[in-house]
Formats: sequence, C-alpha cells, structure tokens
Amino acid sequence: MRPGLVIGIALAGLALAAALLSLVWTPYDVTALAISQKLQAPSAAHWLGTDHFGRDIAAMLMVGARTSLAVALVAVGIGMGLGVPLGLLAAAKPGWADELTMRGNDLVFAFPSLVIAILITAVFGPSAINAIIAIGIFNIPVFARVTRGGALSLWTLDYIRAAQVAGKGRARISLEHILPNIANLLIVQGTIQFSLGILAEAGLSYVGLGAQPPLPSWGRMLAEAQTMVTLAPHVAIFPGLAIVATVLGLNLLGDGLRDALDPRLRRAR
Amino acid sequence: MSLLRVTDLAVSIHGAPLLERVAFTLDPGEIFGLVGESGSGKSLTALALMGLLPQGAATTGHAELQGVDLLNQTEAAMCRLRGNRIGMIFQEPMTALNPLMTIGDQVAETLMVHRNMPRREALAIARAKLDRVGLPEPRFALSLYPHELSGGQRQRVAIALAIALQPALLIADEPTTALDVTTQAQILDLLRDLVADVGMGLMLITHDLAVVAGLANNTAVMQTGRIVEQGNTEALFRARTHPYTAALFAASAHQPARVDIGTPEPLLTVENATRAYTLARPRPFAKHPVLHAVDDVSFTLHEGESLGLVGSSGCGKSTLTRAILGLDALQGGEIRLFGKRVGPGMSNRLRAGVQVVFQDPYGSFNPRWRVDRLVAEPFHLMPQPPADWRERVAEALIEVGLRADDRGKYIHEFSGGQRQRIAIARALITRPELIVLDEAVSALDVRIRAQVLDLLASLRKSHGLAYLFISHDLSVVRAITDRVLVMEAGRIVEQGPTEALFNAPAHPVTRRLVAATPQIPPEWMEKRA
Repeated sequence: MRPGLVIGIALAGLALAAALLSLVWTPYDVTALAISQKLQAPSAAHWLGTDHFGRDIAAMLMVGARTSLAVALVAVGIGMGLGVPLGLLAAAKPGWADELTMRGNDLVFAFPSLVIAILITAVFGPSAINAIIAIGIFNIPVFARVTRGGALSLWTLDYIRAAQVAGKGRARISLEHILPNIANLLIVQGTIQFSLGILAEAGLSYVGLGAQPPLPSWGRMLAEAQTMVTLAPHVAIFPGLAIVATVLGLNLLGDGLRDALDPRLRRAR
Repeated sequence: MSLLRVTDLAVSIHGAPLLERVAFTLDPGEIFGLVGESGSGKSLTALALMGLLPQGAATTGHAELQGVDLLNQTEAAMCRLRGNRIGMIFQEPMTALNPLMTIGDQVAETLMVHRNMPRREALAIARAKLDRVGLPEPRFALSLYPHELSGGQRQRVAIALAIALQPALLIADEPTTALDVTTQAQILDLLRDLVADVGMGLMLITHDLAVVAGLANNTAVMQTGRIVEQGNTEALFRARTHPYTAALFAASAHQPARVDIGTPEPLLTVENATRAYTLARPRPFAKHPVLHAVDDVSFTLHEGESLGLVGSSGCGKSTLTRAILGLDALQGGEIRLFGKRVGPGMSNRLRAGVQVVFQDPYGSFNPRWRVDRLVAEPFHLMPQPPADWRERVAEALIEVGLRADDRGKYIHEFSGGQRQRIAIARALITRPELIVLDEAVSALDVRIRAQVLDLLASLRKSHGLAYLFISHDLSVVRAITDRVLVMEAGRIVEQGPTEALFNAPAHPVTRRLVAATPQIPPEWMEKRA
C-alpha cells in the first residue's frame, strides 16, 4: 500500500471516528454555555480551548464533523446517484437523450450553487437538510459531465464493439464495461466533490443558511471565530485545521483507491 | 567524411541494459534502414541520438553528427540541434501536429524559433516547404488546420516541418505504418526524392522489410538491443547470414498451409447494400453533403470460404463490416446470414453465427476483466450460459495455443500476439460459422503474424470456419484468402480468385494497390547457394 493511501485513511478515519464517537460521548455538552470560561487557551481541562461562549472546542469539532461529513456524503450521494446514470444515458444514446440531459445540466450549471441554496432555503427554511439538497443538486451536472466525457471515449473502443457483437444492449454495456472503466474518474471526482461539499457546507453555514445553532458546524465555528482571530487564534485555527486535514485525507484516499482498484496499476508495484 | 558516426552506444534504464554495442555510420545522401521487431531497441536508438531518453536512462559510447558529440551536450545545446541539424518524423500523423494551429504557422514556428526570422519571411519559407512535400497552393493554403487534411497529407506536413531548417539528418520512425499502401508508396517516394535533392542522411526505422528493401542503401537488423547484422541492403537480404535475419525473412514471406473446404452453399449474402452519412455543412445554410460509404454492394460468401476484402482507408470497409456484424442498419438492400436477415434487431441465435476479431490487440479487451470472463462474453448470446463454461473457455484457450490456467490473468499480462490469440478464442467460443477478421494481424510483428496466420489456417480446417478477411495489406490477404473483393469509394470494383486477381489486376484501383505494395525483389529471396 502506498504511503499516501495510509495517510489518507488515517486522516479521513480520524474525522469519521470523531463523528461516530460524538454520537455516544463528547468531553462536554456542546449546547451548554459557560461565559465565565470563554476564550480559554488549550489546557488539560479543555484540550483545544473554549470559544466566546465558553463551549469546549474539541466537543464542538466532534459534533461538527458529524454535520460536515453527513452533509458532504449525502450531497455526493445525490450527485452520483442522479448524475452518473444521466451521464451514462447521454453517452449511450447520442441524439435527443444526450441533448436533453446536457442542456438540463447547462441550466443547473448556469445558477451559482449559492443562488440555488438561497432559493431552497427561501422556500423550505434554513437547515442542514436543505443545505444537503442544495449542494447535492449542484453536484448532479458535475458527475453527469465527467461520466459522459469518460464514457464517450470508451464507446469508440473495440471491446465495446465486441460486447455489441456478443448481443449485449446499451444499458448492459454501460453497466458492465463503461462504469467499471470510468470508476477511477468517478472516485477522484467524488473525493473532490466531497471536499468541496465540506467547504460548501462551511460556506453555507457561514452565511447562515446551513446547520442552525445550537448544532455546531465547522463552517460556522470559523465564521464566528473571525472577529476574534487576534484575540484567541486557537478558536479559528482548530476548525480550520479540521477542514484542511479532512479534505487532504479524502483527496489522498481518493488517489489511493483509484490506484488500488486498477488491475494494471496493482501489478506494476 | 561520414555524417553520423555511432560507436559502442549503450543505453540502460535503472540499471537494466536496453541497448548494447550499437555501432553504425551514415553518409550524407544515404538512406540507412534500421529493422527489427517491437522492443528490439530501434526507437530507443533514435531517442538516444536526439537526447530524448526518459528519466533514469544512462547512455555510454559515442555518437558524432558532423563532428559534434551528441551524447555530451547540455539540454540547451540539444534544443538548438533538434529541428536544426536533426529532424524527426513520427509514426502517428494524427497526433504529431497541434490541432489548434494552422499548418502554415506550425512549419513557420520552427523557423521563427531557430532562426529568429520575422513571421512573414518564415511563412514564405513554410509555403515553399509545403510545395516541396506535395501540398501546393491553392488547394493547400497555409491557413488550413490539421483536421482538414487526410492522414497522408498530415504526414507530409510533418515532413515539411522536419525539413524546414534543412537538417543534415532526418530520422523517420515508422513513418508509413499508420498509412494505407497507396499513401505509403507516395510518402516513401517523397522521402527518397528529398534525400536525393538536398543530400541529407535519412535514418529509416521500420518493422517492414519490404519498405527497407525498396529504399535503404544500407540496413541494420536489430534484436534485443543489439545490431546483429548490417551492411549493403541487397547483399544483406540476399545472404541472410545471421539466423535472426533469416527467421525474419522466412516469417515475412510465410505462406500458411492452404485449406480447401469451400462449398457452393451460400453462408452470407449481401445484396445491394447501401449506407450513406450526411456530413456537416461546409458553409452556413449550405446543403449537408452526403457520403456514400457503402454504395450498392453485393457479394456472396460461401460456407468454409476465406474471402478477402481490400481497399485503401476510407473506402467503406469499416461501414460494411459494422453492417455485416449487425451493429448498424442499412439504408438500402439487405444482408442475410443462413438466409435470415442481419441487422441491429437480429436474434441472438443468429448473432452467435458470426463473430469478430479486431485490429488493435490493446483496445479489444476490457482491462478490468479476467481472461475467463472476457472469452466467455459471447455466451451472452445463448439463452443460458452453459454450465461447463469454464471448461469451454479453457478448451478455447488451448485451441489457440495458450494455457488453461491463463484464464485467471488480466489482459495486460499478455503480449500483443497473445492478446490476438485471446481475441480469436473469444470469437470461437460460440462455435460460429463465420469470423470477420478486421485487420486482425496488421498490428503484429512479422514472426507473430506468421504464427497467427498458421493458427487461423488450422482452425479453419478443424472447425470448417469461413473467414471474411478485411485488410489493406495485400501480402497478408494473398497468403490467407481464396477469393478477394476490391473496394473503392463504397463500391466493389473488382473481384475474383486471389492469385489470379493479383497476378493480372484488371481495374485501375487494383493495379494501383498491387503496384503500391512494397515488395522484396523476388530474386533477392532465392535460396542461398
């Protein structure tokens, strides 16, 4: 196994473990305020210090990991679940199906994700669920395009023709031959979108459209720490580090998985 | 004084020796042929001379071009030499040009970089060079883009680029391998003329002995990183002293055993098949031009017959093949297999009767599947895959000369020739009556090609197979088919028994194809005394 994959698994695993652990145990209650303890530096009692309400930052990061990872995971799931089949369809049926899906994609692409998010929250109200939906919708055309592009180049290859000569239909060929061979593209794009999802959730929470207080989120922690950076830098540094480490870990994990899943690269080592 | 003198050249990459004791000289105005099979080190020799070896490569020995040591130059000095004193042409004209630059700008760019020439002057020289390689005005304006040219025309642009600065040495690495025979003959003529005109040296790298025979003054034969034999081309070809040279010759002239199992029963009938494509409009609001890819084609293939279909690229062979395989519908006429209609909607039972082997041994297999699943794929045509499918796959692999335990391997673990055997195993698995061989041996080295041709001949005998052998390589078609069809611009222009047709071609297209096919002069091939 390559070192990158090991580091990726370790960093992403750390975020996941923190999120899971927070379901059953956190060092402090994240909803309890203790103004007298505010802005304390890291200590034995508070490993990562406290914020301006005296809440324990370590506990908030653990619960925040839950929000960030869940939002990003579901958003990528929505994007892949709808985008990949659309892309496969567009590549398999050149003509009206291709035109329809790709022009629909353009329509979604034409709206900035933040506008979609504001639209959704205007209709349904701000919450983590609605943030998931907004980010997820924006992911659909990304996956549809990557899938279509990869699939189109494969459709011209001889092994696809051989499968057609073996009587296989377009749907079956898409599943058996096309999908496994663009999996590496999708994994890499998936990890990029996952990281972007974490950042997007942070961004939405930052403007108040994501997870609502008192549910902690890495993005809002960063937003709230902004005014106190000179006063108590650790309040901004730790959520920032959490985001950086998770995003880095996910990218390394994606690269490692891509290599590990390809039989040609497996033997080369 | 010789132009290029290479002595004791050796290259190793990460400690593994790839070239050893390579030595030759090249005089001005001389064509030097470097032949050998893939992996023998031909291209590596050229790259070493150009200073373009990959990272981790170590070079020793001497190589002098007009007294300049090529192996001990800084990268900046090599940049000044490349293009200026050494030009190079590559195999693939489709990728050797920048698709976003006009051909005039591409040729002018070298002049502007190396000579600090103003653009107008450079374009004037580019014009002259393009005229010289046979792309005259007004048909070939400087403002054309590569995609507006055919493969042969692009290779001419690549040559114009390589000779723009009048290099002393031109290296051509398989310059005609990607082209069809008639275009190949034109490009080889052009290269010969250029060498005679300007007195540069040409190093011609190829796997095709016939190309070298017609062109090179001197020839070196390479095997596994060494030159095993070299000398005057004719003398070398006549003597064939080294066993490897002799083996290459035997393979390239190889004639598989004749099989005669043809019966008068028709297996595949093509009647008035027509297929046209509408092309993009040349101007806004203009009518879409129509390309008649297959235009009123009729022929019959009998049970157990081996039928050849030859023609230059773009003649409609591929479109016809797709229709025969039932992948595309025809617009007129019909194709029948066992009297039943062939088309995209044909039954799986009918489909099982015709299978295919493609040209590219590297693109023919899903790289993520193991061999057993790859070979078993056509079982999809049966209502129920047979219970003993694994044994049947093993059987098929043994039939094509591989081992039963190759089943569990991935395709990248096999060489090109082995892959082509696996493709044949896949085509055999449903016990079809007809196999379409679409340039099936064109990508193989001569010795491997001879083996695969033998295999095809023996399978035909044991299974009573009929072949439709599609190729632009007349020598191979001649070796394996009973009857041949010649196709041009969507029509069949001539047909008849293979030997008779090639010995006395009647139609101008056939005559042109036969004349363009490079040949080793028969008297050179006579048995050694």
